[in-house]
Amino acid sequence: MQNPEHIQQQINPLKDIVQRLLDEAKKQGATAAEAGLSQENGLSVTARLGEVETIEHHCDQGLGVTVYFGQRKGSASTTDLSLESIKETVNAACSIARYTSEDSFSGLPDPALLATEFPDLDLNHPWHIHADAAISLAIDCENAARNYHPEITNSEGATVNTHQGIRVLGNSLGFLQGYPSTRHSLSCSVLAQRGDSMQRDYWFSVARNPVDLELPQAVGIKAAERTLRRLAARRLPTQQCAVLFAAEVASSLLGSFIGAISGGALYRKSSFLLDALDTPIFPGFVQITEQPHLPCALGSANYDSEGVATQDRVLVEDGVLRSYVLSSYSARKLGLQTTGNAGGVRNLTITPSELDFNGMLNSLHTGLLVTELMGQGVNNVTGDYSRGAAGFWVENGVMLYPVEEITIAGNLKDMFKQLLAVGNDVDYRGNIRTGSLLLERMSLAGE
Amino acid sequence: MELLTLAKQAILTPANLHDHHIEQIMARLICSAVDVADIYFQSSHSESWLLEGGIIKDGSHSIEQGVGVRAVAGDKTGFAYSDRIELPVLLAAADNVRAIVRQGQNTAVNLRQNSNNQRYYAPLNPLQSLADQQKVDLLNYVDTETRKLDSRIEEVIVSLSGVYEQILVADHAGMLAADIRPLVRMNVSVIVVDKGRREQGSMGGGGRTDYSYFFEQDRALGYAKEAVRQALVNLESSEAPAGNMTVVLGPGWPGILLHEAIGHGLEGDFNRKGTSAFSGRVGERVASNLCTVVDDGTLAGCRGSLSIDDEGTATENTVLIENGILKGYMQDKLNARLMGVKPTGNGRRESYACLPMPRMTNTYMLPGQHDPEEIIKSVKNGLYAKNFAGGQVDITSGKFVFSANEAYLIEDGKITRPVKGATLIGNGPDVLTKVSMVGNDLQLDSGVGTCGKDGQSVPVGVGQPSLKIDQITVGGTGV
Repeated sequence: MQNPEHIQQQINPLKDIVQRLLDEAKKQGATAAEAGLSQENGLSVTARLGEVETIEHHCDQGLGVTVYFGQRKGSASTTDLSLESIKETVNAACSIARYTSEDSFSGLPDPALLATEFPDLDLNHPWHIHADAAISLAIDCENAARNYHPEITNSEGATVNTHQGIRVLGNSLGFLQGYPSTRHSLSCSVLAQRGDSMQRDYWFSVARNPVDLELPQAVGIKAAERTLRRLAARRLPTQQCAVLFAAEVASSLLGSFIGAISGGALYRKSSFLLDALDTPIFPGFVQITEQPHLPCALGSANYDSEGVATQDRVLVEDGVLRSYVLSSYSARKLGLQTTGNAGGVRNLTITPSELDFNGMLNSLHTGLLVTELMGQGVNNVTGDYSRGAAGFWVENGVMLYPVEEITIAGNLKDMFKQLLAVGNDVDYRGNIRTGSLLLERMSLAGE
Repeated sequence: MELLTLAKQAILTPANLHDHHIEQIMARLICSAVDVADIYFQSSHSESWLLEGGIIKDGSHSIEQGVGVRAVAGDKTGFAYSDRIELPVLLAAADNVRAIVRQGQNTAVNLRQNSNNQRYYAPLNPLQSLADQQKVDLLNYVDTETRKLDSRIEEVIVSLSGVYEQILVADHAGMLAADIRPLVRMNVSVIVVDKGRREQGSMGGGGRTDYSYFFEQDRALGYAKEAVRQALVNLESSEAPAGNMTVVLGPGWPGILLHEAIGHGLEGDFNRKGTSAFSGRVGERVASNLCTVVDDGTLAGCRGSLSIDDEGTATENTVLIENGILKGYMQDKLNARLMGVKPTGNGRRESYACLPMPRMTNTYMLPGQHDPEEIIKSVKNGLYAKNFAGGQVDITSGKFVFSANEAYLIEDGKITRPVKGATLIGNGPDVLTKVSMVGNDLQLDSGVGTCGKDGQSVPVGVGQPSLKIDQITVGGTGV
């Protein structure tokens, strides 16, 4: 942890810039404005085949402003934080607002909903690691993978990544807040070869606090194991079967769910879950919640990208959809109130069962375990789903052999209803936290 | 005015930087152990306009400017960047980057201006090619005309965007090159509703030119008509088949087959490292003898074209596969040097804040002999895939997917009914060996492609004539 006074010293000049943007917007005639600024520093090193491959020093900054002239809106952004640039950027936004249309739903959020409490969410843990130390961590990680088995024959390397940044958000309603956060990761990707079969896989660990990262050796070994187990993959005959989505790919199913109940898709009527509020979407055992204030979690924040206070909420209760995912604009379009989700959901959780991964395999009994999905074959308007997949064929709860070059298809509306179980093997590495998900039946295309 | 002069005026002059400063930074950056070093300046102005629900809902303007500094020794790379184009910042970045090489004598470099390259697009500023009112009028016109096309149209979304980018790149050998790269893009998407069923259609295009492009040949309305046509076809679509079958791909954008199935696997970095399913296979047969595939950065005004790549190398028309035989890879400087071949003008980066790597430009297959109708007629039972969304590849296993969003059944040599979108999956190194007919109808895509690799996005083009693939797996639900 850095001392709070020191952090404020870093944030205050950035707040001043944001305030200057807001003042400039007012000066140029805007009736309301919102401005944001971010500044980020980082180091990324990659080691490959036992030696350093790249050292990258990152240093990013940017600011953006949205101005309103009544109900007309314009936006502009820049990477240049100089005083002159602030004027030009505001000017560009104002000039655009002259040509956009009156939109009775546009504008800043309801002042009563803006965040007023800012508890420390424990998101800032700078990693004072020198490039040399990072390189040796990366080498340790990659060595653990390369030495794991003689069939590990090549590598794409191991990468250590550390980033710290500050974000400031302000608007002409008097909201002006900023906070620092950090993000660190360790990843490894190796190749394995047996005869003509060559496969690649990877593993990564990511955390706000470097002490929460998996050990380099553990990441390397997991990468090696995941790669080896794919060797000599076969195809499968075209059929219908039960499908278990491993936790690391299951989050994409929930991502499609969130996409379908997001305000933008709903007011454009481009969602397969229109008018679904208070109707059953999942089986009765399913609970889905959002917990934006979890300490040290990757998705945590006190307010959304408009400054609206975030709060714990239930999205799905006993399988029934209880809330959409809305920003101020999409909420007004739908005649509802914002849910504090401008910028997306934060720490979405689907309540797990008692079953661990092996328990889930036993529940699958016979069918397909999916560990990799390929392509974007999801139609958000109809819910039609068809994606490339790789994984394992499972019989009697045992992974028999790896499979590849197959597709799985269905319709998300049916797939959600056919959810049989949620594993407790939760993957915490993203904004959507889920265990493995077992689906009763999908169409599998192969040989 | 000379491009180099324009780019210097835009990027160096405001920062009070001159050639001798670049020489000074370069001297800090290079030493006897450094094989490649470069300083990449970029200034990019972009805008976008969005019409939705019948109104101009959003507009935005963005300025991105910065400099990236790189030194390469062997296969080791040091890299730093900054959005502050200032001498002290650049000197410090050079010191940081130099640390990748721990020894070696410093050497001096004298810049020479490089300006003899051929140009494949004019140094236009799209943002200034229309007054803002005209941009807004164009969107409104497209919206109004689109809504007249069919009573089942429920929503129309029209977007227009433009980029004016100037780059300046100096390298260890003293080269100083500049490019000015315009890029425009327009898109129309519609939602149609009929008897409670809802479908979408989307079409767009663009290139390295200015907004006048959308007024020529009635392109803007052409996108609208095509989007509506696709959406209406999808209203009639039924379950797609599942399993192995003969597939005929239409011309143009379905060329993402080539981009995914073989293009990525032929990028120099993967092959230098031996991680691609195509590694070490130059001279081998990887496609039927009907197939000749090129990556061509020199097509006038195309979205994927570049006069010079982001390392200052002139782009070219690189033959990847000739009559089915693998000829070579796409290279940047680092990988070309390590593999002992020439760079092919494929060193690209998303921006100054990213490292360059081998990337595609416009990747397409040359036309064959067959009339497209003959190709359809030759298929007893199969799928005709006319349009696609995106794709993805695992370059190591060679498995790739691409997702059809407009497809029809072929029954007894005739296109019959439309089917729902489905993902096609195949194996890159052998899918083209199953190409048994190639059409005489080569088309390039309309200028919509964006390729992602290692988190970096760059604009690309694809193209192909109609193709018949004897067997590929179609991922429908009709089991």
